[in-house]
Amino acid sequence: MSETILRTENLTYTYGAKTPFEKTAVNNVNIEIKKGDIIGVIGHTGSGKSTLMQMLNGLITPTGGKVYLDGKDIYANKKELRSVRFKVGLVFQYPENQLFEETVKKDIAFGPKNMGLSEAEIEERILKAAQFAGLREELLERSPFDLSGGEKRRAAIAGVYAMDPQILILDEPTAGLDPMGREVLLSQITSYHNASENTVLLVSHNMEDIVRIADKVLVMNSGKAAMFDTTRAVFSRGDELEAMGMRLPQITKITNTLRQKGFPLSEGILTVGQAFDEITGYLKKEGKL
Amino acid sequence: MEFIKAENLTFSYDVEDNQQPNIPVKVINDLNLSVKKGEFLAVIGHNGSGKSTLSKHFNGILLPTGGQILVDGMSTSEEDNVYKIRRKVGLVLQNPDNQLVASIIEEDVAFGPENLGIEPERIRELVDSALKAVDMYEYRTHSPHKLSGGQKQRIAIAGILAMEPDCIVLDEPTSMLDPKGREEVIRAVTKLNKERGITVILITHNMDETVDCDRVVVMDKGEILTEGTPHEVFAKVELLKKHRLDVPQATELCKRLRDFGLPMETLPIDTDECIKFLEEVLS
Amino acid sequence: MIRDITLGQFYPSGSPLHRLDPRVKVLMLIASIVVIFCTFNFYALGIVAALAVASIILSRVPVRLFLKSLKAIIFVVIFTSILNVFYGQGDPLWQWGILKITWPGIQNAIFVTVRIITLVILSSTLTFTTSPTDLTDALERLMKPLSLLGIKVHEIAMMMTIALRFVPTLLEETDKIMSAQKARGADMESGNLISRIKALIPVLIPLFVSAFRRAYDLAMAMECRCYQGGSGRTRMRKLKMSYRDLIGTLILLTVFAGIILCNIFL
Repeated sequence: MSETILRTENLTYTYGAKTPFEKTAVNNVNIEIKKGDIIGVIGHTGSGKSTLMQMLNGLITPTGGKVYLDGKDIYANKKELRSVRFKVGLVFQYPENQLFEETVKKDIAFGPKNMGLSEAEIEERILKAAQFAGLREELLERSPFDLSGGEKRRAAIAGVYAMDPQILILDEPTAGLDPMGREVLLSQITSYHNASENTVLLVSHNMEDIVRIADKVLVMNSGKAAMFDTTRAVFSRGDELEAMGMRLPQITKITNTLRQKGFPLSEGILTVGQAFDEITGYLKKEGKL
Repeated sequence: MEFIKAENLTFSYDVEDNQQPNIPVKVINDLNLSVKKGEFLAVIGHNGSGKSTLSKHFNGILLPTGGQILVDGMSTSEEDNVYKIRRKVGLVLQNPDNQLVASIIEEDVAFGPENLGIEPERIRELVDSALKAVDMYEYRTHSPHKLSGGQKQRIAIAGILAMEPDCIVLDEPTSMLDPKGREEVIRAVTKLNKERGITVILITHNMDETVDCDRVVVMDKGEILTEGTPHEVFAKVELLKKHRLDVPQATELCKRLRDFGLPMETLPIDTDECIKFLEEVLS
Repeated sequence: MIRDITLGQFYPSGSPLHRLDPRVKVLMLIASIVVIFCTFNFYALGIVAALAVASIILSRVPVRLFLKSLKAIIFVVIFTSILNVFYGQGDPLWQWGILKITWPGIQNAIFVTVRIITLVILSSTLTFTTSPTDLTDALERLMKPLSLLGIKVHEIAMMMTIALRFVPTLLEETDKIMSAQKARGADMESGNLISRIKALIPVLIPLFVSAFRRAYDLAMAMECRCYQGGSGRTRMRKLKMSYRDLIGTLILLTVFAGIILCNIFL
């Protein structure tokens, strides 16, 4: 068992406390994240997942409960919150909207510079981050505003890679990309995870994305952590997920339905390949092929 | 009846490059397409395929650099036709936030008819009817700011609908929405097509949004790669995969089963078809 | 958080003042301002103050909201009344060097204070009881004659409408960009003035870029909806005056007459 890197204890956030608009966005969440995990976070819009993610890196101060990073309460000392943000990197939705420097290189350097790293170290970080993000070297000297949509997105993500955070949180990184852009980005995230051995949290509405890269899935529903288990275990509870307003990957929906109708398929099938193997296996056994 | 016709449509623009000035970039290349009245047409393709540029030609926001577009027989290239055409063909854009003008929903929906100089009493009728058609009537006095993406996009559709167009073109209307918002928008558009007979041209990169339409056109590099009914197009799994387009998992599974030797006349394209087919095979 | 700011201060309580025609309300406010500055004795000033109190009560808007808008001008009021106290003419009641307090000085201070407070209360009443859209609409229609002088009244009103629509969106966006830059370690809370201004660059540039992109999209969307400027354009909403507006106007005119009579005869 690998060690715990991040743990929350009764983590709660209430908006507009004591006003008529009071709303508890995150309600008593207790989760434990192991070092090196790659976790998918799902939940419909307004389920509290974005607020939760921002509490994990010190951007939103909880109204109740604690966040422990490497065993230390991150909100114990407000002055150290900034250094927490370097350890827990957060990529917001549509990150290309934060690009501002004259060149891609300078933009990627923004985080490392704020960390107070040396010039040589910054340079090294930029090159490594650009490589993870699949940005060709000649792009680094260009203005970020001249890049294509997909490249802009990757340049912005590289800005967070460059801080080399122990935990990387990506909020809807594939939103608005076409299938090809999505494919490229997801495989880069996977190879970043493999090479850096950092922990990755991926927030997404796209179940196919989650299934493709996550080992474990956290399901948020009305501010609570409704499930936190292996991807397969979570998706075998398809009916519950649908009751929470989430859609299953099409293949899971199909095989779960067939299973309910009495066909002997496994629970929580997540890929076309798995479904194909199970169906042909069954047909062979029955002697229909 | 033919409503929109693209004849040898070409669109290119000049790129200013320091080394070699003015290289024309062809976004749409000699494209021919006709859309029938009442048809529900989907245009798919990945970014840079020219589908978005094409959508802006249907109501004269962009003008062809070669060939022409005829809307109800009128060419978009003739200046006198512009407003007549925009009244017939409405365009809904990608970002729902950026196309709403007023801070009260019913006033926003009224913006189009007001521009057309319609009588106030009639505008009221058009606005109410448009809001009801997209199921947003009870929100009419709200501000769009607090709404979800799917709701905002439906308001944008109502804003076009209130101008009583014959055709609505939607340029990637769902790409910034969550799954719930997507469903809402697609359902609203489908309803307009089926119940009001409005011609719909849906531009998207999500294959699963096109299963209920009459015809799918796949674009690549400014040209039509293939076209046909959803069943015909989705059956070309290899071609679509080669061009890195998503094939629904239901279709992909059945295709693999067919290649494996299971007899199958047509490939299922959605969840229900696939379940029905597998049920028959397995029992 | 920034997004909590509400633009305009519309407070829908459904009071009789809410139901008045916005044009009438704007004209009433203008007339009141003129009258307020034509109060020359304490009787007239008393009526003006009563008018302010009456409008607070009639609007059914919580008094604390009025106090909140008064808070913004409290320094202006204190400053001008102190100046007035010390710069009066006549026999000094109290003197220390060049500083002297006179009875006319105190009188002036009272007049100025009551006038400013009344002014703020009456204009707040207008914004509390009239939605921003109604207000824009009323201004467009009232200023229509000015278009004969070549003033682009429709364009100004359209800009106000669009501003009202996009300010909340851009505030929300600012919030998002700030969070995102903070996540990259931007420090916006410490340092001296210059370093704080510098720290805003990573927020302002993306904000401008986004505002321009939105403007471009919006222009296209407006073209798609056949926008061709103000000519030939109709409006769905018709502002109609009713007996209510007539009664309101008559009451206010009576009050004005009272103030003028006080000025002349007392």
